Amino acid sequence: MSRNDVLVTADWAEENLGTPGLVFVEVDEDTSAYDGGHLEGAVKLDWKQDLQDPLRRDFVNKEAFEALLSAKGISNDDTVVLYGGNNNWFAAYAYWYFKLYGHENVKLVDGGRKKWELDGRALSKDVVERPATQYKAKDPDLSIRAFRDEVVASIGSKNLIDVRSPDEFSGKILAPAHLPQEMAQKGGHVPTAKNIPWSKAANEDGTFKSDEQLAALYDEQGYDDTKATIAYCRIGERSSHTWFVLRELLGKPDVKNYDGSWVEYGSLVGVPIEK
Amino acid sequence: MCGAPTQGGSLAGIDLTTQTVIQGSVWHDGAPLAGAYVRLLDATDEFTAEVVTSPEGEFRFFAAPGNWKVRALAPVGRGERGLAAEVGLNETTVVIG
Repeated sequence: MSRNDVLVTADWAEENLGTPGLVFVEVDEDTSAYDGGHLEGAVKLDWKQDLQDPLRRDFVNKEAFEALLSAKGISNDDTVVLYGGNNNWFAAYAYWYFKLYGHENVKLVDGGRKKWELDGRALSKDVVERPATQYKAKDPDLSIRAFRDEVVASIGSKNLIDVRSPDEFSGKILAPAHLPQEMAQKGGHVPTAKNIPWSKAANEDGTFKSDEQLAALYDEQGYDDTKATIAYCRIGERSSHTWFVLRELLGKPDVKNYDGSWVEYGSLVGVPIEK
Repeated sequence: MCGAPTQGGSLAGIDLTTQTVIQGSVWHDGAPLAGAYVRLLDATDEFTAEVVTSPEGEFRFFAAPGNWKVRALAPVGRGERGLAAEVGLNETTVVIG
């Protein structure tokens, strides 16, 4: 994997709208954003409604993912080109999710919706309909997903990367500051975790920094290349952004995303917490 | 839990005895600016959150007492404003020149 395999520029995206074999997919936290205007021909994935189990806290299962992609008109052979708001947090989450279910060709639009809008590029309100497909997912690839027990067992041994803001890391606030600060979980972080905020990997327009800048960033922060890595945040979306940087852009081996993240860890009884 | 809240509007349901709300609007050319990207930076200038202004140009953050910076980015330019927030409502205006 290299940057060109996994990341496309807004220019490239604009030139390739409507190209057969490419499906542009918008994934947002604010799912009304798509309805206000989207890339021409792009379909919408609702981070919550489409990608989370309606009952338990978990992903939709393989069969539900197959049904979802089939209904959206995405086939196994298509290259899925993801973009979204929040500096691509949820698009990166979807990227990781598509990889978990074994989709071959997935790319992110660098800068996502934000760069697109700041550039003043065209958005469409047309209803997008694609003919249904018969999508087949693979079994979940758990080599890229960490669960709580592994996180606890990794304290002091693996690279634990807490990608939240410094104030969340220290426990001063419990959620990114666009959300009310009323949560059940305790504040703080997993002992021995390093705080390398996702935002250090991005430019102000939402694009990723250069490979050289990214390599220097993790190097300076004490990332140990000889160790396996688990990234986490609050609910697993910002850590998907960092997972994408570490695994897909920098090509580091054995990087997992802990999607349970702080909402789970900070609610566990008896686990160690540092502030 | 994770739907991005609509920006601006009523403060009903928000407990201002516990929440540190930083809100206001972005202005450009004498009018509120919709669709601007507004980010909240902490005392070390690190990113804490980002929202997009409402049709009325409004933004709202839930922070903690302390020093913050609000920075707005839009196709027409950028502007920023520092503030010291306390528990309760803290209002500010960011002008993009």
